[in-house]
Amino acid sequence: MNIETLVFYFFSAITIIAAIGVISVKNSVQAVLCLVLAFFSAAALWLLLEAEFLAITLVLVYVGAVMVLFLFVVMMLDVDFAAMKQGFAKQLPLGLLVGAGLFGAIYWVIRFEVFGSDKVPEPAKSDQGYSNVEELGRLLYSEYFYPFEIAGVILLVAIIAAISLTFRGRRDRKGQSVREQHQVLKEERLKIVSMESEKPISNSNVNREVGDAS
Amino acid sequence: MDFMQLVTEGLWIVAKIAMILLPLVLAVAYTTYAERKLIGYMQMRIGPNRVGPKGWLQPIADVVKLLMKEVIVPSGANKTLFLLAPILFIAPSFAAWAVVPFDAELVLADTNAGLLYLLAMTSIAVYGVIIAGWASNSRYALIGSLRSASQIVSYEIAMGFALVGVLMAGGSMNLGDIVEAQNGSALHWFWIPLFPILVIYWISGVAETNRAPFDLPEGESEIVAGFHVEYAGMAFALFFLAEYANMILISILTALFFFGGWLNPFQGIPYLDVATDWVPGTIWLLLKAAWFLFMMIWLRATFPRYRYDQIMRLGWKVFIPVTVFWLIVLTFWIKLEWGWWFDGRGIASLGGAS
Repeated sequence: MNIETLVFYFFSAITIIAAIGVISVKNSVQAVLCLVLAFFSAAALWLLLEAEFLAITLVLVYVGAVMVLFLFVVMMLDVDFAAMKQGFAKQLPLGLLVGAGLFGAIYWVIRFEVFGSDKVPEPAKSDQGYSNVEELGRLLYSEYFYPFEIAGVILLVAIIAAISLTFRGRRDRKGQSVREQHQVLKEERLKIVSMESEKPISNSNVNREVGDAS
Repeated sequence: MDFMQLVTEGLWIVAKIAMILLPLVLAVAYTTYAERKLIGYMQMRIGPNRVGPKGWLQPIADVVKLLMKEVIVPSGANKTLFLLAPILFIAPSFAAWAVVPFDAELVLADTNAGLLYLLAMTSIAVYGVIIAGWASNSRYALIGSLRSASQIVSYEIAMGFALVGVLMAGGSMNLGDIVEAQNGSALHWFWIPLFPILVIYWISGVAETNRAPFDLPEGESEIVAGFHVEYAGMAFALFFLAEYANMILISILTALFFFGGWLNPFQGIPYLDVATDWVPGTIWLLLKAAWFLFMMIWLRATFPRYRYDQIMRLGWKVFIPVTVFWLIVLTFWIKLEWGWWFDGRGIASLGGAS
C-alpha cells in the first residue's frame, strides 16, 4: 500500500460521503455545498491520474462558477419542507422503482465485467517533461478539431437562445445612460460666482461700493 | 519509498509552507499599518502613532486585541457554516501562494498548470463570502455576500481572459517560464505588448479583492460591513487577513506577469546593469510588488465607491470586449513577430503555418 493508494481511498471516501450528503441533507444550501465538496474531491482524484488540466478546470468551471450561481439561486429560495414532504409515502413505490431502474442502467454500463481492474489497464506514468495541457491542446486542435469547433458553435447558439428567451426589450423603465453621464461638462453643472465677502450689518452700503475693508 | 523518507519529505514541505506563510502574515500586518499611515498622510492626518515608536507596534496591538475578543455566533445563525466560512475564505488565498515563484528556483510547486491553478484558487474564495453572508442570518450580511458573489463572478471572466493573454505571450502556464520569457531588459517585459490587458488585470484584481473603489460588498456607508458584519474577534481577523493576503498576491502576480518578476530592471543598461547585479531577484520582485500594493492604497484614498450598475457595466461591457479584442491583436503580434518580444514564435520562424 503506497501513499497514492491511501490518498485515493481518502478522496474516494470524501466523494462518496459528500454525494450521499447531497441527497440526504435536509437544508438545501448544505446540499449544494455537499455537491461542491464532491466536485472538489473528484478533482483531487483526477489529479492522481495526472490529468491536472482537467482537474483544475473542474474546480475552476464547476466549483468556481457554475455552483456559485447555483448556490446563489438556492439561497434565494424559501423552501417549505412540510409541503415538500407531502405525499412522500404515496410516491415512495414509484420513486423506488425509478431509482432502481436508473441504478440498474448505470450498473449495467459500469459493471465489473466491463470496467474491472483487469479490463482497464492502469494508466502509464508519464515522464518528467510531459505537459498535460500541451498534449490536450494538440489533440483538440488536430484530431478532434471538428467536434471541438462544433461544440463551440452549439454553445454559442445556446447562449444566444438563452439571451433571446429572457430578453424582453423593455424600454419603458428608468435607466441611467452612462454615455450621457460621461459627456457632462463642468460648466453645465457648476457655476462659479465671484462674490464679495459679507460685511457686518452695522456698516453702511456706501462702504461696500468702494470696497472698504472695515 | 520507505516511511522515514516520506516523513522527512513531508516535514520539509511543511517547513517550506511555513517559510512562505509566516512572512506573509507579517507582511499583512504591516500592510495594514502602511495603509493607515499612507492614507493618513494623504488626508493630512498622522495615522496611528501611539503604540511603540511612531506607531510601529500598532499591528501587533491589533492582533492581540483581535485574539482576546470573543467570537460571537448570532442567534439563528447556522453555527457550523458560520464558523466554516472564514476558513473557506482564507484557505484558497493561502493555497494560491504554492505556485508563486520568488526567484528563478525559489518556488514551492513548480507546476505546469500554475496559471490555471491560480485562477481556480481565486475563484473558489467566493464560497467563504457567500457562506458567511448566508450563515450569519442577517440582512446586511446577505446583501453584502450577494454583491460580492456577483462582482467576483463578473470580474473573474475579464481576469481569465487577461490571463489568456499572459499565457499566449509567455507561451506557458508555468509562472517561472512566463517570467523567463520576459528576459532581456525592462523593454522586454510584457507590459508593452500587453498594456491594455495589464490595466484590465490590475483593475479586475482590485475588484476581486473587494478593495475600494470596488468595495460594495462591505460598503460601510450602506450595509455597515457587508458579509462579515456579524463576525468578531479571530473569525473577523481571518477575513481581514485573507483580504490583505489577496492584495499582496495580486500585486506580486502583476509584477510577475507584466513586469518581469524577479528580473533586474536595469538589465541591458551598461554600468547600472553590473552595479546592481548583486541584488537578489526576490528583492526586485518584492519592490515591484510593493509599488502595486502602494497603488492599491492610493486608489482607496483617491476614488469614491462605484455605483453598482457602473461596476457591472465596466466588467461586462468594457473589460471583456477589450480583452477579447486585444487577444486578437496579440495573435497577430506574436505570429508576425513585431518588435523583439516574441522572437522565434512567429510564422516565419516555424516555417509556415501547419
